[in-house]
Amino acid sequence: MPYSPMLVKPMREELTSAGVEELLTAADVDRWLGQRQGTALLVVNSVCGCAAGAARPGVRVALQGGARPDRVATVFAGQDLEATSRARAHFADIPPSSPSMALFKDGELVYFVPRHRIEGKMPQEVAADLAQAFERWCVAPSIR
Amino acid sequence: MRGAFDSLSVGTFHQDKGELHGVTVVVDTDGPEVFVGRCHEVTPEGVVLLDADAHAVEAGAASKEEWVRRAARYGVWARHRHLVVPRQRVASIRRLGDVAE
Repeated sequence: MPYSPMLVKPMREELTSAGVEELLTAADVDRWLGQRQGTALLVVNSVCGCAAGAARPGVRVALQGGARPDRVATVFAGQDLEATSRARAHFADIPPSSPSMALFKDGELVYFVPRHRIEGKMPQEVAADLAQAFERWCVAPSIR
Repeated sequence: MRGAFDSLSVGTFHQDKGELHGVTVVVDTDGPEVFVGRCHEVTPEGVVLLDADAHAVEAGAASKEEWVRRAARYGVWARHRHLVVPRQRVASIRRLGDVAE
């Protein structure tokens, strides 16, 4: 059962205030993932402690680096059920976990950070993991 | 009780549900089975896992190491919402996040 909207509001805002687009419905997800060109990071947010202590602050730090995806969006697991379910259908071979992060390039999943690689990590470690993926996938070949 | 369990009980876990509470762990046994799941708590009866999966080495099946390595890459399917690995079968517990992919 979803938590109170009031409780999760700051958890949403921690990402949206960093410019992350919130996808609230399946239609939002289809629209966002339907735009296949370029690179896109999808963050599966959650109410758990590792989202608060590592995932969300890690994403914020990673997005301040040089290389970053063209687009960043989030769905909230356990809250926006339809949107999360639709998002997970785009990487259906991967067991669902939250928080987690999926990086797409031209519509293809190229990198995935499951929950267990976030648990117990410092935000800087999560950011470093993402930054490495951004460097690999989000930098135009001509400026590598 | 096995050695790995002993060491966890003296230093690794706290008085409450333990420092692995909420952490995805690999619970290995001396037998053919290995388990991965979110550690809920460690009790005198065993390790309580949530959203867990299990693998048993049989002819033609992946080795424990191969299965755990795959799990380390993307996680496991929650085939068991709640599972207790009996204490006497536990050989080791480690964080899945510490396993090299």
